[in-house]
Amino acid sequence: MKIGVPKEVAKGEARVALTPESATHIRKLGHECFIESGAGAAAGFEDAAYEAAGVTVIKTAAALYKAVDVVAKVRPPTETEVKRLRKGQILISFFYPAQNKKLMELAAKQGATIIAMDMVPRISRAQKMDALSSMANIAGYRAVIEAANNFDRFFTGQVTAAGKVPPAKVLVVGAGVAGLAAIGASVSLGAITYAFDVRPEVAEQIESMGANFVYLDFEDSNQDSASTGGYAAPQSEEFRQKQLEKFRELAPEMDIVITTALIPGRDAPKLWTEDMVKAMKRGSVIVDLAAERGGNCELTRPDEKIVTENGVTIIGYTDFPSRMASQSSSLYSNNIRHMLSDLTPNKDGQIVINMEDDVIRSATVTHEGEITFPPPPPKVKAIAAPKPKEKPRELTPEERRAMEMAEFREQTKRQAILLGVGGAALLAVGSVAPASFMQHFIVFVLAVFVGFQVIWNVAHSLHTPLMAVTNAISSIIILGALMQVGSGSALVVILAALSVFMAGINIFGGFLVTRRMLAMFQKS
Amino acid sequence: MVTGFTTAAYVVAAVLFILSLGGLSNQESAKRAVWYGIIGMALAVLATLAGPGSGLWLLSLVLIAAGGVIGWYIAKRVQMTEMPQLVAAMHSLVGLAAVFVGYNAHLELGRVLAIDEAAREGLKGFAAVLAHKTQVEINILRVELFLGIFIGAVTFTGSVVAFGKLAGKVSSKAEKLPGGHALNAGAAALSLLCMIWYFNSGGALPLVVMTLAALFIGYHLIMGIGGADMPVVVSMLNSYSGWAAAAIGFSLGNDLLIVTGALVGSSGAILSYIMCKAMNRSFISVILGGFGNTSGPAQEIEGEQVAIDAEGVAAALNDADSIIIVPGYGMAVAQAQNSVAELTRKLRAKGKNVRFAIHPVAGRLPGHMNVLLAEAKVPYDIVLEMDEINDDFPETDVVIVIGSNDIVNPAAQEDPNSPIAGMPVLEVWKAKQVIVLKRGQGTGYSGIENPLFYKENTRMFYGDAKKSIDSLLPLID
Repeated sequence: MKIGVPKEVAKGEARVALTPESATHIRKLGHECFIESGAGAAAGFEDAAYEAAGVTVIKTAAALYKAVDVVAKVRPPTETEVKRLRKGQILISFFYPAQNKKLMELAAKQGATIIAMDMVPRISRAQKMDALSSMANIAGYRAVIEAANNFDRFFTGQVTAAGKVPPAKVLVVGAGVAGLAAIGASVSLGAITYAFDVRPEVAEQIESMGANFVYLDFEDSNQDSASTGGYAAPQSEEFRQKQLEKFRELAPEMDIVITTALIPGRDAPKLWTEDMVKAMKRGSVIVDLAAERGGNCELTRPDEKIVTENGVTIIGYTDFPSRMASQSSSLYSNNIRHMLSDLTPNKDGQIVINMEDDVIRSATVTHEGEITFPPPPPKVKAIAAPKPKEKPRELTPEERRAMEMAEFREQTKRQAILLGVGGAALLAVGSVAPASFMQHFIVFVLAVFVGFQVIWNVAHSLHTPLMAVTNAISSIIILGALMQVGSGSALVVILAALSVFMAGINIFGGFLVTRRMLAMFQKS
Repeated sequence: MVTGFTTAAYVVAAVLFILSLGGLSNQESAKRAVWYGIIGMALAVLATLAGPGSGLWLLSLVLIAAGGVIGWYIAKRVQMTEMPQLVAAMHSLVGLAAVFVGYNAHLELGRVLAIDEAAREGLKGFAAVLAHKTQVEINILRVELFLGIFIGAVTFTGSVVAFGKLAGKVSSKAEKLPGGHALNAGAAALSLLCMIWYFNSGGALPLVVMTLAALFIGYHLIMGIGGADMPVVVSMLNSYSGWAAAAIGFSLGNDLLIVTGALVGSSGAILSYIMCKAMNRSFISVILGGFGNTSGPAQEIEGEQVAIDAEGVAAALNDADSIIIVPGYGMAVAQAQNSVAELTRKLRAKGKNVRFAIHPVAGRLPGHMNVLLAEAKVPYDIVLEMDEINDDFPETDVVIVIGSNDIVNPAAQEDPNSPIAGMPVLEVWKAKQVIVLKRGQGTGYSGIENPLFYKENTRMFYGDAKKSIDSLLPLID
């Protein structure tokens, strides 16, 4: 099929949904690729680069929409763009169907199929097309960079000849994908990083990234994000108060605050109030990644950078991914290409909208003139429900000693019994058997004993050579045959000769194969 | 009678055998140790040929040489993946030889007892040894040779069946005749009756009946044991071949046979013990075949199996710093060891820490994986045992599981109702990412679902192990 990518129409949007690299992959699926002239320019991809990758460049958007079967873009379409869609055409982009009801209805009326990248469910299989995560990752990183840019001190602490510099303190609110990316960037710049999240189970992830988890002492805080698809859910008022109290306590200490708290389908919760901003030091920076949805900070103005009276910079940009257009375009175009590869199960250039597939079903919001939003809950849960864990109790030194003693006593007892029984059995045999038998018997018992002592020391890795060599030496039975082969009876001679022959195979075969194996064991 | 010279040679040979086994405690000394065994064997054979009691030594030498040529040819030609079969085949030869030697002892005994006192003085060789025995000694001799033949016969058919299963000539599934273990028990009881009969009569008939019963036991017992329990079976047969030699040694009054038989017997017994322990099963339950009954429903598994392609695996490997490879029988089946070794070389050349984790029962023979990897020139110091490496998984970036299933099954630890609950397993799921190379979506030998495949950090890389790894090689840069 023909896949086309128009230039983004939103102001300041520098991203593009197709890169020359992703185009090569998409073409391998049997599709043809088209791009509007200049679509990749802002992200650093020239028309020539696309042409070199086998993409046809089309002059205008209108011509592109006419020429292709599938349109892929980044931002949600405008009304004009939706109107350009024809029946059966497929549009793949961010769509936010809950907020864009009108557009959705319009698209359904046009008969176009809309696949919303923001509706891809958070299950393992769909991670490769989870564009929200890939964009959030960039936003988190960029937030730290923007903060550093507006913060006039070092992030890392230094002791220089000219004096000591304290490290910056960074607080990240909300440890989703963006939050974790911000934590990672901040920690690697050397700041002391704190992070907060309402989901206690992310504490482990936060700490694994080198940040300190801000604990909130709240009884009912055990919310289970597994039931909400890995996202945070709204909090009770009581919890919110407790949380704000904690932030108020932290505000004067923090140099940089990065807020990323979002709840799906709602306005961003107000977590950083005006009085907290006032309590912060002059020169501090707040980066509000939730600005697009109203912001976590009360003073945030979307798309703007403001400086408050007490000298706190509040950054409310909503286009962080677009500020790193090359990087975000290449990640987003990969998300798109993975989506296309799921939509093209046979790699034959034929797109199949399989409504039985969890991922495709969830992402498809209009199909064949019908609105198919909201989707039914996916069959597979995003995250396995946590199992209550029981920690093994730490043993006190006394208990451990007692246990060791008991074990030791048990062992001694077992050995004593074994020796006693063995000795008694030996004596019993000795009292009835003739001396000549006992002589051999003692040799036998000693040999078994030696065998056990020796074999326990054999390296596990040499068990196969051990078997081969024991095989070879168990052919010692040849001695018996050799002694019998001189017998007067013909039958005995034949049987003995056969035995000698077989043992001969075994001796040579066993030893040689052992040697061959051992020679292979080489040290690096 | 054995002269002082022969006895001295036997003592030296016995010491050499012990040193030969003891030397296997590490790879370097093992290379020397195998020579001890060869010299010991040569010494024992020459001393026996030169000593009194043997005749027809020219014929013997010719036969040994003929057998040697065949043995040499096989040893040169055998593929390392075929080692389990070879070992089983060699066990069967020892078993059969034990049966023949046992019968000979019986025939000679009958011949010697039939002639009168005066004529006995003129006997030579083994017959002369027999001629000097008292009645009690003769009775004991009968028991000994009876046991020797019994164990030898069980070893023979058991090894032949094991060979068939390992070589894929017989279905490796556990199969039993109707009647199951009752048949084995019946045959064993029959053998016991024959022993009493033989003890009293000394006739050939009970011996023949017992031999048939023992052959049946060997066949039926091993038929009832499935493929993955083969490490235990092979070590058990290894042990039996030793005990058979020891029993024959008793009946022939030959101490070297007794010592060597006991060494081999105990070696096999220890190997069986180690294998059983590694599966958390008792020896009896392995021998009786099949898995024990479960005590409740298995835990339900949540999630789905997520597939991954070669590019994804290569990307994960390129990003990883520490990698652990867990090979299993699937690697041997696919003959993938050389590809795996090549992958290892490439990854190590890039400065990555690549190691191998070997579960004691991986493969069909104790230590099988080690030999395969050694053949592919993987240095042995990066091939580690389960206990050495199990704690390192949490710090590992990528684990590659190649054709193993039960030995990496987390159910052994997490699900008390699992049939393999309590079995020590490699804790691969603790690594950051696990890539499982597998033929298809089926369950392993034991038929147990493996929750590992459904874990969030697990990716399934379906296909033939060798082809899969070969497809990875060009992608590692």
